[in-house]
Amino acid sequence: MRKCKIRGSINKIESSGFVDGPGIRTVVFLNGCKLRCKYCQNPETWQMREYNYTPSTLAKMILKNKNYFVRNNGGVTFSGGEPLLQSEFIIEVCKILKKEHIHVAIDTAGVGNGNYEEILKYVDLVLLDVKHTDVYKYRDLTGHEMADVRNFIKELNKSNIDVWIRQVVVPGITDTEKYIDSLVSYLKRIKNIKRVDFLPYHKLGDYKYVELGIDNPYKNKVAMDRVRCEKLYNKFIIKYNKILE
Amino acid sequence: MKDVWKGFKGGSWLNKINVSSFIMCNYKPYDGDESFLVGTSNKTKSVWNKCSKLLREELKKHVLDVDVDHMSGIDNFEPGYIDYDNEVIVGLQTDSPLKRMVNPYGGIRMVYSELNAYGYKLNPLVDKYFNEFRKTHNQGVFDAYTDDILKARHVGLLTGLPDAYGRGRIIGDYRRIALYGVDYLLEKKKDDFNKKIGKMNDSLIRLREEISMQCRALEEIKNMASKYGYDISKPASNAKEAIQWTYFGYLAAVKENNGAAMSLGRVDDFFDIYIERDIKKGVLTEKEAQELIDQFVIKLRIMRHLRTPEYDELFSGDPTWVTCSIGGISNNGDSMVTKTSYRLLHTLTNLDPAPEPNMTVLWSKKLPENFKKYCAKMSIDTDAIQYESDDLMRPIYGDDYAIACCVSAMRLGRDMQFFGARCNLAKSLLYAINGGVDEIEKMLVIKDVPKLNDRVLDYDKVKKNYYKVIEKVASIYSDAMNIIHYMHDKYAYEASQMALHDTNVHRYMAYGVAGLSVAVDSLSAIKYAKVKPIRDEDGVAVSFEVNGDFPKYGNDDDRVDNIAKDLLRKFFKELKKHTCYRNAEPTLSVLTITSNVVYGAKTGATPDGRLKGEPFAPGANPMHGRDENGAIASLNSVSKLEYAKCCKDGISNTFTIVPNALGMNRDEQISNLIGLMDGYFRSGAHHLNVNVLNRETLIDAMNNPDKYPLLTIRVSGYAVRFNRLTRHQQEEVISRTFHEKM
Repeated sequence: MRKCKIRGSINKIESSGFVDGPGIRTVVFLNGCKLRCKYCQNPETWQMREYNYTPSTLAKMILKNKNYFVRNNGGVTFSGGEPLLQSEFIIEVCKILKKEHIHVAIDTAGVGNGNYEEILKYVDLVLLDVKHTDVYKYRDLTGHEMADVRNFIKELNKSNIDVWIRQVVVPGITDTEKYIDSLVSYLKRIKNIKRVDFLPYHKLGDYKYVELGIDNPYKNKVAMDRVRCEKLYNKFIIKYNKILE
Repeated sequence: MKDVWKGFKGGSWLNKINVSSFIMCNYKPYDGDESFLVGTSNKTKSVWNKCSKLLREELKKHVLDVDVDHMSGIDNFEPGYIDYDNEVIVGLQTDSPLKRMVNPYGGIRMVYSELNAYGYKLNPLVDKYFNEFRKTHNQGVFDAYTDDILKARHVGLLTGLPDAYGRGRIIGDYRRIALYGVDYLLEKKKDDFNKKIGKMNDSLIRLREEISMQCRALEEIKNMASKYGYDISKPASNAKEAIQWTYFGYLAAVKENNGAAMSLGRVDDFFDIYIERDIKKGVLTEKEAQELIDQFVIKLRIMRHLRTPEYDELFSGDPTWVTCSIGGISNNGDSMVTKTSYRLLHTLTNLDPAPEPNMTVLWSKKLPENFKKYCAKMSIDTDAIQYESDDLMRPIYGDDYAIACCVSAMRLGRDMQFFGARCNLAKSLLYAINGGVDEIEKMLVIKDVPKLNDRVLDYDKVKKNYYKVIEKVASIYSDAMNIIHYMHDKYAYEASQMALHDTNVHRYMAYGVAGLSVAVDSLSAIKYAKVKPIRDEDGVAVSFEVNGDFPKYGNDDDRVDNIAKDLLRKFFKELKKHTCYRNAEPTLSVLTITSNVVYGAKTGATPDGRLKGEPFAPGANPMHGRDENGAIASLNSVSKLEYAKCCKDGISNTFTIVPNALGMNRDEQISNLIGLMDGYFRSGAHHLNVNVLNRETLIDAMNNPDKYPLLTIRVSGYAVRFNRLTRHQQEEVISRTFHEKM
């Protein structure tokens, strides 16, 4: 067999993810991201680092947890960082995983290097992070242009893959009714949405900025109140369901 | 067939004592959900209110009252009641609820210090005559102990040995009384007695004496029950009697004995058969059925023993280990979940979440989905349930076994065990480095171990020495066990419990270990990093300098997990070399309960970086904070330890997860908890204590105990009210790994 030369740059593997897709999931945090979201809780994954995993080592690590995947379509979630920046590597891992019928999800902001068609062949679920619905505010929040996301959505819409939308709710940024209305209409452009989650902005990763010596733009921002976030979600879902009808 | 058995399907249980056959012929599996369950009856409310008041009073005083005029015994007390008019299940250990007995048979000195601690004094006459005429188990043991054992005990190499109190961990098959009535059991025991003839050697004489004691105990149980107005010579004729008769059997056991763990066994299907028959006949309603179960459980909750403050340090929160095994699968592969499995767990809702009885669900991937959901829900709400793999135990013990204490499986009425506490593996490793000299007491405990003088510890040399230490420790440990159980049989024989076993009983010698993860990480540090011992003026390594990283147990890393496997194999292999008293079969457990704190306090600094006096991780848990790759990697490491081949007496693991990390909403949390347990047990693991709670809750509860009077958490092998732990233990629990996602 031809030895595969591709290697992946992986920051951390969390053996038990319960909130990153269906069932119980092994979450692989890949290094590298083009975005610099102000609320990012994983700044340690921004830079591409050492290419430390071969596809087969990573697949082996994931398969160790196979007994936990049985229920409710558990499996692996490639997160990061931006997994789309290491599509080729992920594809090689998936080739091994798919022999064992492992459910594969990617948790992405949709900002990779293009050429998404191939990786989407191996993916069962896309967790798509909507940063902001407004082009200018998107740029302000992420430091990047929104145009890149459109390319990904275009490719995604050609497939039949299930999509779960994730919206981080940040006080003063995405926690208004007006924003919710814009989100409802924004989501019309994405096919196959099976679920939308609101994730309240939290401060649990703030210490990482200090450790890494990076300036934390949201140092003084307060965490999103969980109850208020839930209330917003309930309002959103009513409006969103109406549109679907 | 007898009238009382009308409506039951016959089987081999009709011709000989065989409760398991009765259950298999008659139980009705239930795979529906919990919607049939009902709340408490007015009678139960009244009884429970009175109890709750007493429990609050007890919490303030620590011990509500002690009977200093009578000695413990099956029939030594006048009947007692909580609320005479409203009690549907009756019987107390003494003549008043929560009044504790004096049990001097294990050791009278223990009794003095117990009474002294709470301001009581033994009746002088009792004191005088007992001491004049009676020798105790404790005195017997110390008459025979060797120097080596005394040293190992003194330094904390062997701790928690049952040499001054009852050994416990024996489960009488209390159901036999209900199914057959005492007279039939007596008749069978007398038959056995008459058959035990031949050349009178030690073992035959002992057995004949024991059967006679068992017969006397059965008469006493009958007598005790008659004082409560029940004639239990004949079989129970309905559900109420079946539960009451069974309870009298259990009650006799806890009147006679004060073992650390006095477990109940497995009653869900047995009771359910009677309840179903009564409901079908139209003589019992669901409300009344639940009332019987609620009140039975109330009785189990107020069982008490008199303990010393030192004992509380070891096993906090007044645990009694009334372990109640629930669910499981039959040998035919059918679910053994019945409505009464639900009714028993429902007491956690009807009364309140409580540590006792120690609810133990025998988990199988084949359990009905509805029941799995209900258990997960109850775990999230109450943190009061432990889970053990039925799929692992059933092939060994069949489908009528139960758990004694935390993790010890045994066939009901067929097996018993000699409880062996545990040996300190971490300290043993320090002996390998220090030439057998204790690092704290500075005395020579293990002879002929060469001292290691290397500047940097060499893995091969350490391992060779360690294995040598282990061989010697196993020998001392085995001697201690044989002496203890010889004397226990002689001076504190559990006649009432053994009367509810087959006469030819199978015995286990249940050895145990503590400090597994500390020993294993230490070996890993020596192997993969550079460990320099810092020696004091006596040349004893009192701390260690560790340079470099090393794989740690709890991260699903074979490099270190295999060290754990090998170490347990080696220790068990050594233990097996020694003949056990009464030809018992040796077994091993990885379990500490809360004693991991006391063990740690008695152990010097270790090469893994743990400081002197710091607590060990409990049971088979990885050391807190060292499992860095999440819950499943941690569980995978524990799953690798071998149950059937090596640690057949149980491998305990305590797992705590933050609710929000388990899922975004309640339904997902329930589903994920099921997936977690299915996955864990599918991987070959044995036991899991499940806590779903926030660290902040515990910190708040530590600082404001009054705000959380009912907060119950699972620690190693049992549940405990958080406010009954010592401050030191609370801090240790809080420092444990909480699986939460950033």
